[in-house]
Amino acid sequence: MSARPRVSVVVFPGSNCDTDAAHAVEAAIGASAKLVWHGDHDLGDPDLVVLPGGFSYGDYLRSGALARFSPVMDEVRAFAASGGAVLGICNGFQVLCEAGLLPGALLRNAGLRFVCRDVHVRVETIRTPFTAELTKGDVLRMPIAHGEGNYELEVPELEDLLDHEQVVFRYVRPDGTRGEGANPNGSRDDIAGVCNRARNVVGLMPHPERAAEELLGSADGAKLFRSFAASLLVAR
Amino acid sequence: MTAAPANLTPELVSQHGITPEELDRILSVLGREPNLVELGIFSALWSEHCSYKSSKVFLKELPTKGPRVLQGPGENAGAVDIGDGLAVVFKMESHNHPSFIEPYQGAATGVGGILRDVFTMGARPVALLDPLFFGSPSAPRMHGLVDGVVRGISGYGNCMGIPTVGGSTFFHPAYDRNILVNVMAVGVARHDGIFRAKASGPGNPVLYVGSKTGRDGIHGASMASDVFDDEKAQRRPTVQVGDPFVEKLVMEAVLEVLKGDAVVAIQDMGAAGLTSSSFEMCARGDVGMRLDLSKVPTREPGMTPYELMLSESQERMLIVAHAGREEEVAAVFRRWGVDAAVIGEVIPEPRMVLLFGGETVADLPVAPLVDDAPVYRRPLLFPKPVPPGEAGIDLAGAPDEGTALERLLSSPNLGSPRWIWEQYDSSVQTNTVIGPGSDAAVLRVKGTTRGLALTADVNPRFVAADPERGAAHAVAEAALNLACTGARPLAVTDCLNFGNPERPEILGQLAAAVKGISLACRALETPVISGNVSLYNETDGVSILPTPTIGMVGLLEDVASAVPSFFARENDVVAVLGETRDELGASEYLATVLGREEGPCPQVDVLAFRSTVDLLVELAADGLLASAHDVSAGGLAVALAEKTQGPLRLGADVNLDTALLPTVLLFSESAPRVVVTFRPGLEKAFLEVARRHSVAVNFVGRVVRGPLTVRVNGRLAVEIAPDEVARLRESAHGVLTEVSA
Repeated sequence: MSARPRVSVVVFPGSNCDTDAAHAVEAAIGASAKLVWHGDHDLGDPDLVVLPGGFSYGDYLRSGALARFSPVMDEVRAFAASGGAVLGICNGFQVLCEAGLLPGALLRNAGLRFVCRDVHVRVETIRTPFTAELTKGDVLRMPIAHGEGNYELEVPELEDLLDHEQVVFRYVRPDGTRGEGANPNGSRDDIAGVCNRARNVVGLMPHPERAAEELLGSADGAKLFRSFAASLLVAR
Repeated sequence: MTAAPANLTPELVSQHGITPEELDRILSVLGREPNLVELGIFSALWSEHCSYKSSKVFLKELPTKGPRVLQGPGENAGAVDIGDGLAVVFKMESHNHPSFIEPYQGAATGVGGILRDVFTMGARPVALLDPLFFGSPSAPRMHGLVDGVVRGISGYGNCMGIPTVGGSTFFHPAYDRNILVNVMAVGVARHDGIFRAKASGPGNPVLYVGSKTGRDGIHGASMASDVFDDEKAQRRPTVQVGDPFVEKLVMEAVLEVLKGDAVVAIQDMGAAGLTSSSFEMCARGDVGMRLDLSKVPTREPGMTPYELMLSESQERMLIVAHAGREEEVAAVFRRWGVDAAVIGEVIPEPRMVLLFGGETVADLPVAPLVDDAPVYRRPLLFPKPVPPGEAGIDLAGAPDEGTALERLLSSPNLGSPRWIWEQYDSSVQTNTVIGPGSDAAVLRVKGTTRGLALTADVNPRFVAADPERGAAHAVAEAALNLACTGARPLAVTDCLNFGNPERPEILGQLAAAVKGISLACRALETPVISGNVSLYNETDGVSILPTPTIGMVGLLEDVASAVPSFFARENDVVAVLGETRDELGASEYLATVLGREEGPCPQVDVLAFRSTVDLLVELAADGLLASAHDVSAGGLAVALAEKTQGPLRLGADVNLDTALLPTVLLFSESAPRVVVTFRPGLEKAFLEVARRHSVAVNFVGRVVRGPLTVRVNGRLAVEIAPDEVARLRESAHGVLTEVSA
């Protein structure tokens, strides 16, 4: 019998999806989840680190701009550098970009407003721990809830990202095609989530933890966590 | 007393909103003249906003008790048992005047204030609902007001991580210059974790926690107790500025500290800030406090005791801790980066003694200010309900039914507010089973199989036509909305928004509305456990429509069986529960399609509502319902059209036979009525249950993949595709949906 995956969820002041993420990994893969205070230096030997959604430090400067200076981020950097799996959701994605662990930046939504609704995203690569058990082209339904999800990066960086198959999710229509009505925030190339070159750090704007149980209208988000759990078994 | 008495000029007294009679009362309470600090304190505590002096005599009528009620009115919020040792804690409040002056901050701080009321009870907030009442979309400033209010709610609630799952939006010219922003917050607590705001234990330390005190919002309570004019609209400094990030930290720290046993009592510093929190906590415990105002953390130098007592700076709380535990409490706040300071202690004498720089700056008895505030029995004129005309409603010039339906669907009050609620985070906390846009929102309660159903609404046009009946309708309709999801209604919070109570006809509206609420709450066994009164909603002599907003919470035993509003499955049977009468009076049809506001409020038979609620709860529990949607504004035709707006965008073939005029049948707002669907073959079982509850059932058609068609006495009256319904509803708010410059 395999051990339960150990998941550490970082709590920044202003995080508000920390307990949601912990609940979802417990429900989806029976993980043992632990909340790690941003001021701590000990991640607690996890298999996965989640940077959750929310408004770290109120996001008054720029989303995620202050959180990257939190003491715990040194540990997250070291953990990622050693190949540990890191998932940044929404504000967590913004923190990862600000911290330089992922390329690009998240700007204000093209519509200038906060948007909360279900979106469809397409799996663009299965070469990450969170998509390894999925099929390229799979369409997942999950909610978004953000005011700054407009992913942007310079053209050379974008080409680099595409060359290395680092786009993990794109916003699509329910039938899986790109085009009008799919992209909720104006993000470059309909990008909803990306990974780093080493493919162990993934960030996305949609909330898989809010779509991890059928009762809530979609269990598609649980597939990311199950994929991670499966990849962990392979690695072990 | 060392502070000099105030020079009590008539101007000074009147600037404080104190009448000459009230001044006499103050002089007799004190046996001397008050100083300026004391005058300010009297002014705040005796304001309408804090003392309910005009409404108190009526509010006593409301039923507030029930077997599940754990806490009724009088605390920060009410609490009701939901089983498993858990309680739902909720309250609704208004932030009307501030939102008209500065919509973003006004609405944002409205959210902040009501959330504090809930989490000071020891409950973690799980939901917000926002009933909003705006003027005509084309009225001056309205675009900016709507945009600002929605962004304010969104900015505060989203950052706090509390999902906004419901509410309502109503547009009417009566709100052109006095919009209403009501906010309801709902939390969940353990029974044994419910905290109250009753100070006790002489010698116990009094802690101030939260944001530093600034000069913002001084006299907000008095502002909320006065009529409005252009000059007052310039009173921007009296609107507070909110910081949801700080409130999030304060909330986490409060919930953490309340898990222990170091705290005796806690209260939010809401309207009238430090004044109301300290006095009210003492009044409940029949004790006093000695507070040193020089110890209050301040944001700017040179603040006077007067300003410190009356500031409405946001995100602050007052805590009484057990003696010797103050450091433990303060340490939790400091870990969350929140200020905490011991500013005084509880004393046995029921007096408030305020020190500043070593001097006594106020020394007041507690009870006369809180419990013995003036109570007014102002002259009142009971409203005469609009009577039914002898010939009924004149339908000359009425368009065909299909055209009328299109106009209704694209009108502001029936159009889709999706663009509003998409700005609110409705799915954070991962409890949202049914989100905004349905009859009621449904949240699961983690760790149980139960769910909470939530709604907040009122039809002000009905209340204007007949305050008693209209208010009863608001309660009964809320219960029906909850029951449509399968939930059993539990209890009510109300937000009574009215005009100037010094006008006898306005006070009559209030009195009649309270009567209607009482009547319906008794019949439905849904006690009122908390609430708020907002008076003086009048600008330049124009009063709002009487708006007693009703928030209601219901309980689902099995949240997985929650019933959706929309057509759910092809070929399901469509049935209408209840009877349609010739009741186009005060209807949305009449106002929108024929441009007339007249006629009586429809009948409200609260026992018929009760039966329909009972029927729906039973049908849902037995798994007989595939969908249920209440028929309200816009009547049966609009209800059917709305039912097509589910994720599957299904239509229906509906055949109605009637002795009424087709227009009356399709657009009358008779209640209670519900459009339900269920699996074919269940008709007999369905009829049997309905008969037991004495509710009329008409099987009227089938759900189809295709358009909604409605035939009346065999003639095709309506044919509309679900996508067209969506297009019309999405177009209803025009320029309002765009970001305001």
